[in-house]
Order: sequence, then structure tokens, then C-alpha cells
Amino acid sequence: MAVVSSTSSTVMNNVEAVRATLYEAMRNDDRTIILGEDVGARGNVFLITKDFIGEFGEARVIDTPIAEASIVGIAVGMAMEGLRPIAEIQFADFIYPSFNQIVGEAAKIRYRSNGEYTCPLVIRTPYGGGVRGALSHSVSIEALFYHVPGLKIVAPSFPDDVKGLLNSAIDDPDPVLFLEHKKTYRLIKGEVPDGHYTIPLGKARVRKAGAQLTVVSYGLYVHWAIEAAERLEKEGLSVEVIDLRSIRPMDKTAILDSVRKTRKLLIVHEDNKFGGVGAEIGAMVAEEALFDLDAPIRRLAAPDVPAMGYALPLEEEYMSSPAKMAETMREMVKF
Amino acid sequence: MATTDLRTGGLERHGLSDQQLRDIFRNMLLQRQLDNRGFQLNRQGKVPFALGSEGHEALQAGAAMAFNRGSDILAPYYRDLGLCLGIGLSPYEIMLSIFARAEDHNGGRQFPNHYSSKQAGLMSFSSILAAHLPHAVGAAYALKYRGDDGRAVLATCGDGTTSEGEWHESMNFAAVHKLPFVMLVENNEWAISTPLEKQMAQPEIWKRAEGYGMPGCRFNGFDPIETYAAVKNAMDRARSGGGPSLIEGTCYRYLAHSTDDNDMTYRTREEVSERRKHDPVPAFEAVLLERGIVTPQDVAAMRKDVLRETNEATDAAEALPYPKAEDLYTHVYEGAWQPWQS
Ligand SMILES: Cc1ncc(C[n+]2csc(CCOP(=O)(O)OP(=O)(O)O)c2C)c(N)n1
Repeated sequence: MAVVSSTSSTVMNNVEAVRATLYEAMRNDDRTIILGEDVGARGNVFLITKDFIGEFGEARVIDTPIAEASIVGIAVGMAMEGLRPIAEIQFADFIYPSFNQIVGEAAKIRYRSNGEYTCPLVIRTPYGGGVRGALSHSVSIEALFYHVPGLKIVAPSFPDDVKGLLNSAIDDPDPVLFLEHKKTYRLIKGEVPDGHYTIPLGKARVRKAGAQLTVVSYGLYVHWAIEAAERLEKEGLSVEVIDLRSIRPMDKTAILDSVRKTRKLLIVHEDNKFGGVGAEIGAMVAEEALFDLDAPIRRLAAPDVPAMGYALPLEEEYMSSPAKMAETMREMVKF
Repeated sequence: MATTDLRTGGLERHGLSDQQLRDIFRNMLLQRQLDNRGFQLNRQGKVPFALGSEGHEALQAGAAMAFNRGSDILAPYYRDLGLCLGIGLSPYEIMLSIFARAEDHNGGRQFPNHYSSKQAGLMSFSSILAAHLPHAVGAAYALKYRGDDGRAVLATCGDGTTSEGEWHESMNFAAVHKLPFVMLVENNEWAISTPLEKQMAQPEIWKRAEGYGMPGCRFNGFDPIETYAAVKNAMDRARSGGGPSLIEGTCYRYLAHSTDDNDMTYRTREEVSERRKHDPVPAFEAVLLERGIVTPQDVAAMRKDVLRETNEATDAAEALPYPKAEDLYTHVYEGAWQPWQS
């Protein structure tokens, strides 16, 4: 963890960590503008920016029209003109209308202008399932954006990382898509260092050390993977859990170092399996460390159906669980 | 807006000096010369692609005269050669773009005519129609937010582009926040092969202004002075805190959409030659001669000068190298980021 200016800390959940970080960013730099649907008077649907409008004013906390392409597009223009916009997409499921502005515009502005223009922009959005959100309030979107050079994607799991990584995203001179798993918002609590600190983008964190299997994950599933690994520990099996934190750039070294030690790799993510983040990690490890492996690489990810359903059995079938993860881990360790 | 009759002695100058009128005309000549050069270079096999703006000369040269250099921001589209020249880009910079040379602002990365110059206040834009309009609105928001009084953003697009969702979203946001923003539509009646009547059921684009809650007007884009007056009114309004406007200039596209297009597949030679009768370049020349603002000798000298400038720019740019292959890898992120960070 970089530049921790304080030794004290406060227990927060993930949503409180987002709020505290945004609040500090707004207080510290008046170029910072928050824009999105319902971010003002209501303080967004999760009340993250509640009371911001009273303190920072309507010019800095903009309740936008319901028009996602222009929420991002206007933020791009603000960033090109020297402001530091933080745009919010109310739910990741609604990001598709702004796809071109993120992929075709924001991610390419530095490149297409040969460095003459830059786009220091953060796009925050809650994503993920397990909250009975049905088709349209549950999606994982990382693989759709992961393919795009010029864009960075961050998906923290723990509140201390939320703060350090969001600070880095806000400071970053390039566009960052900041994914917040909504099931972790209130569920996950932890110590968050007081004061301003940043965590460099592109650095994974070993959340549980182990010797017999490497599990790579991000988001909600990091918590479930740790839970599963702890179950295995009681059976005398030792699993290492790596929390990627940044999906792009990705910490290749951390993955390879761990795989070379444990000789086995499992990737778990909530997004669909086909063409997902796991496919890229698997290919990378196969290219770089095939002969260090003692077992086939495996991926535990969503089945290739369009979405999880609203009915509980449909949601549970779509998603993984600590039990499903433990079962796969056990098979792999014993392989 | 009253139509200024250029031919019957009703020439209103709208405050333009003789020199400014000559500058507008010179811009029009230069635009046409550079346009032709792009098509020529394409036919000679020297460049893979060129776009033309013939028919837009008066509109663009007039609009550029209403732009405050060093203060206003321009968010143009790919057909804005004359506008970009008029706000300060040099023919040499235009040729760097056509030849995709390393020295180009874009480093030879973008299609020709996708100019960009931070110094000139010219925003980078892509080929994605209407995608630049929210950027223009965001920049206008930044101007207003910082209290940069007296500055405004001029954004342009073609008639076809007004069908895009981002066009509507941009207009709506600009109006809600009363931003210093002017949407200038260059209505040349065609969007590649799609005519106005297939693009919209109500072809008076400027009338949409009312629906967004802003003023609008339509003007004759073949008349550079009328254009100047309309753009100046809208920009002055924006600069002084009066909010956005939607202004529409009517013109016509004389050339094919680009060197890759054959316009005879969707319109007739007769249609084009009928519209050529109103060609704004000779029309404005006649007006300036009639008013005694230029002499025939002046015009001849200007033409010669513009050709010389185009030749010099062509030769200078052509002689320069392409970007190096390894330049492909720069400016993806700040610094030397790799997709896999170790
Ligand atoms: C989003 C998008 N869709 C389609 C195209 C392909 N395209 C390029 S120019 C053009 C016509 C644009 O017409 P108009 O806005 O009237 O401008 P004009 O070229 O006539 O000046 C089209 C369809 C594009 N560049 N971007």
C-alpha cells in the first residue's frame, strides 16, 4: 500500500469507502465534478453521494438527464478541457448506450491525438449479482471493456482497496472504469486507513497465502474464494487466493510467481466463461508457464446464458458459491 | 434572420471590414484549392483517401470569421477544412494530415481531415458521427464552470448526423445548463447517398431548437456574410451567458462524399450542375468585384498566391517521413504502460 499518511483507521463497508473517497476528492480539488442520474438530491440510488449537493453545489454534483451516452461523452469533453469528472452509470447494466463513448472515444483520445489531448476520467458503476437483481441489475461487464487498450479497469473487493484504488483512479491521467460489486457494498466491512492514500493500479494482492493451488479472482468472488480456501485448510489443503484488484492493467508477475510456486491454477469469476477474463489469464499462463504446471488450468465462471434469472434457483445456478469453489479446489489439489 | 441580398446592392457588412471580406474570400479560394489537391493526390495514387468540402466554402469561411482565436473552442467534423483554415490551421498542417506524416498533430493516426490542435482550440474528434458533440458540450460546461466569460464552443455536423442519439442528448444537456454552446448544422442535403427526406420527416432542422428550449435560425450558407452574422449572433449570445443555440446553414455538396464514393449512383449529373449555378465561390467574387472591394487583378493575384501556398504545402509535407513503425506503440496510456503490468 502506497503513501499511507496515517496510522489510524476506521471500520467501513465498501459503500462507505466509496463515499468517503469521493467526498475527499471533492473537497481536495474543485476540478472534480460528479455527474450521473440521481446523484444529487437523492445522492444516487445507494445514497453514496447523499448531501454532496448541499456541500458542493449543483454545478459540481450534476443530476443528469437519463442519457448514458452523453453522461460519459460530456465527461469526456470536461476531461479534455481540464476538469476531473467522475461519471456514474447507475447500474452497469445501463452502460451499453455509452459503449461507444467509452471504447470508441475515451479510450482513444490520447492515442488518436498523439498525446495532444488526454482524458482523465473515472466512470464508476455498480455491477454483479447475488442480489436478486434479475437480468437487468446483475451483469458483469468487465470482459466487454477488458479488450480495449487505452482503458483501465479496476474491481476492488475490500474497503481498504476501494479507497486506495479509487484515489488512484481519480488521479490517473487516463480513463478508468471503476467497477463496484453491489453485493459487497454493505456486506463487506474492514479497516480503512484514515487520510489520503493510493494503491497503484495493476498490482494484485495475495489475500490468502497457500502452497498447493493458486486461485485468481476479483470482486465478490474473492470473498467466496477465501471462504472456500479456509474450508479446505481445515481438511489440510493449502490454497493461495490472489485478488487481482485491477483487471487491466493486470499483475502478470503476481499470477506467474504464484503459479510457479503452487503449480496449479484456477480462475474464478462471475462473468460468462466464454471469452472472459479467465480465458486471457489462462492463455497467458499457458504461454509463459506451461511446463511449470502440474494440472490443467481450470476456470469456474458463469455458464454461457445471457443472464442470471430473477427466480432464486436461476440466480444460484448462474452464480458460483463457496461450496462450488471448494469442490473444484479440492479436485484440483488432489489432481 | 433576414436574407442579405448580395447582388442588388443590399450588402450589409455586419461590421466586417474590407480586409475581413478579402480574408473570407481568400479562405474560400484556399479551401477549394486544397480540396482539389486532395482529390488529385488520390487520383495520382499518392494518398489513399480524401474528403471534399466544395459547396461549403462560404459557410465555413463565414463561420470561422465569427470565431475568436485564442479563446473559443471548435469541435468540428471531417468536412470542416475551411473552418479549420479560418481559425488558424495552415495549409501545411492540412497537407500533413492528408499525407499522414509523423509531424501531423495526430501523428498520422487519424483519417485525413480529422484535424486537431490544442493550441488553436480545435478539439480532437473521431469519425464516429455525433460522438464529438457531447465532448463539445462537456467543454462548454468546463468554460461555464470555471467562469471563463466571453468564451464559447462552436460545434458542427452535417444534416445526417442530426439523426444520432448523441446529437439529441447533447442539445438537451446544453439547454438544461444554458451552456456557451453553438450547434452549427451544415445542411448539404446529402448524407453519403441518403437524402434529407429519408433522414427526417421534418427537414427544417433549426426548428428543433424550440423543442430543446433554445433559439435557432436557418441561414443561407452560400452567403458568407449571412453565415458570419448568424454564427456571430449565436456565439456572442453564448459568450455573454445567453446559452446555446441551434443554427442551420443550407449549402450543397458538389463532390462525391469522398474519393471512395461515386455520387452518380444516387444523384444525377443534372442535379449537381443545376446546383453548381449557385456556386458560392464565383458568386462571392462577383459581389466583391461589384462593391469594389477587390479588383480583377487582386483576384488573379490571390488565386496565384493560393496555388503557390498549396504547392509549397504539398511539397513540404510530401517530403517528410511517415511515422516510424514503433510509433504505433506510444500514447496508449501516459508513460510506457503495457497491457500486462509487471
Ligand atoms: C456512427 C457512424 N455511423 C455511420 C458512419 C458512416 N458515415 C460517414 S459520413 C456519413 C454521412 C454523414 O452525413 P452528414 O452528417 O449529412 O454529413 P456530410 O458528410 O453530408 O457533410 C456516414 C453515414 C459514421 N462515420 N459514423
